[in-house]
Amino acid sequence: MLTLQHLSKSYVAGVPVLQDVNLDIAARGITAIIGPSGTGKSTLIRCINRLIEPTQGAILFDGTDVARLSGAGLRHARRHIGMVFQEYNLVERLTVMENLLSGRLGYVSAWRAWRRKFPPADIRRAFELLDVVGLTGFANQRADALSGGQRQRVGIARAVMQEPKLLLADEPTSSLDPKTSVEIMQLLADIARSREIPVLINMHDVELAKRFADRVVGMSGGRIVFDGPPGDLDDGKLKVIYGGEGWLH
Amino acid sequence: MASTPTAMQSPVAAREWRRFTSAQRLARFAVYLVMTAAIVASLQTIEIIPEFLADAPEQVVDLLSRMWPVDWAHYPGTVHEALVETLNIASLGTLLALVLALPVGILAAHNLVPSTPINLLAKLVLVSSRSVNSLVWALLFVGIFGPGPLAGTLAIAFRSIGFVGKLCGEALEEAHAGPIEALTAAGASWTSRLTFGYWPQVKPAFWSIALFRWDINVRESAVLGLVGAGGIGMALDAALNLFQWDRVAVILIAIFAVVVIAEVVVTQLRKRVI
Repeated sequence: MLTLQHLSKSYVAGVPVLQDVNLDIAARGITAIIGPSGTGKSTLIRCINRLIEPTQGAILFDGTDVARLSGAGLRHARRHIGMVFQEYNLVERLTVMENLLSGRLGYVSAWRAWRRKFPPADIRRAFELLDVVGLTGFANQRADALSGGQRQRVGIARAVMQEPKLLLADEPTSSLDPKTSVEIMQLLADIARSREIPVLINMHDVELAKRFADRVVGMSGGRIVFDGPPGDLDDGKLKVIYGGEGWLH
Repeated sequence: MASTPTAMQSPVAAREWRRFTSAQRLARFAVYLVMTAAIVASLQTIEIIPEFLADAPEQVVDLLSRMWPVDWAHYPGTVHEALVETLNIASLGTLLALVLALPVGILAAHNLVPSTPINLLAKLVLVSSRSVNSLVWALLFVGIFGPGPLAGTLAIAFRSIGFVGKLCGEALEEAHAGPIEALTAAGASWTSRLTFGYWPQVKPAFWSIALFRWDINVRESAVLGLVGAGGIGMALDAALNLFQWDRVAVILIAIFAVVVIAEVVVTQLRKRVI
């Protein structure tokens, strides 16, 4: 589904944040990327849909190299990649329904979107997704009236509105309390399984990663230093990823 | 305090804190010096004539006595019509300015149009519009279209483009990047990002700017008549030239009333849009 080849990124020439990352994501399952802050997890995930321009390397998604696309080609590729953000990134002054429909902006013309003339099928699916994420009856609430957990549910629903072939999530639970974090991860996992969408998640909570991921990728210093099932993630591996050991016990 | 106990003379107690470094103190002194010099220089330039200054209270009383009683009968015909014309100039001018300023404001916002030359060009247009006073714009348009409210409307519009465009451009640049990033990730086009991501964020600012500018324009359009660009200023000019102080009084009261009403209306409306 997604293959990253020799992906590198330097914001400042000579100071690489990502160094020669190679990664293969299968057509289903949840992959969690863990690693210390500033190690390039966010950069990696944002390079996949080109919110950040990679310096080098190929991003093979569904048979095309996303790194080489531009203009309409890039926009069409992005339509198939849903994304969930740490700070939810909803348009605060729009309603929940409008935020969900914004997931269809890659398909609907700006003029139709401006007049809110979305296809009836989109609106039907938006209502269904509100049921799925547990926000039945919230369609006309403004996004800024919601709690953090509710906002993230809207964020997930918006991403799924795209009918994505791949779901990216950048620290989706880092702004939430522990209980809500688990609920949000459960929701993401349920959606990933029932809709057979592969999910790539950045997280800093190792326990949460072990609990929900099928595969864990550990990063350190812009490189992948661990890649395997969560069961293999012992103290020795964690030491390689995060360094030090005092924090482990 | 000179006889501090020895126990207190640890290195910590010896440390001294000062609010400003000596370079900062020098700089502050220089600023005060320049300010004083500037005030002295300007006082010399405006050449106050002491006799006229001493005479002023007497003149004020004289002027007020000529204005009394106010010629209320003058209002229903000429003054009322001129007042409505003034409001029309202000409103139409503001509307025209909004239409013209939005595209320029968008071009000035670097996050929407990531091209520094275009941003600078748009900012140049906005600065040119603002650097010319309404009265000067009015003189220009009176020269082109002849005297009358059309010249006044265009003067108001062209002066307002800079104001509205600058503030709208800044509001756009201050819009949160997060939602825009999300729309970009969903494959939204530039236009969709503008209408779905930026517009909801800047909408309250936009209407607030529009109302604020309309409020200013009501006041500005009241004086445009002094250079022949229509509105109540023309009536004021005529009354002043004919020394009809009782009529001047009714016109000034009318302007004052309309400005206060505009202020109240704008304050109420702004509360609702924000």
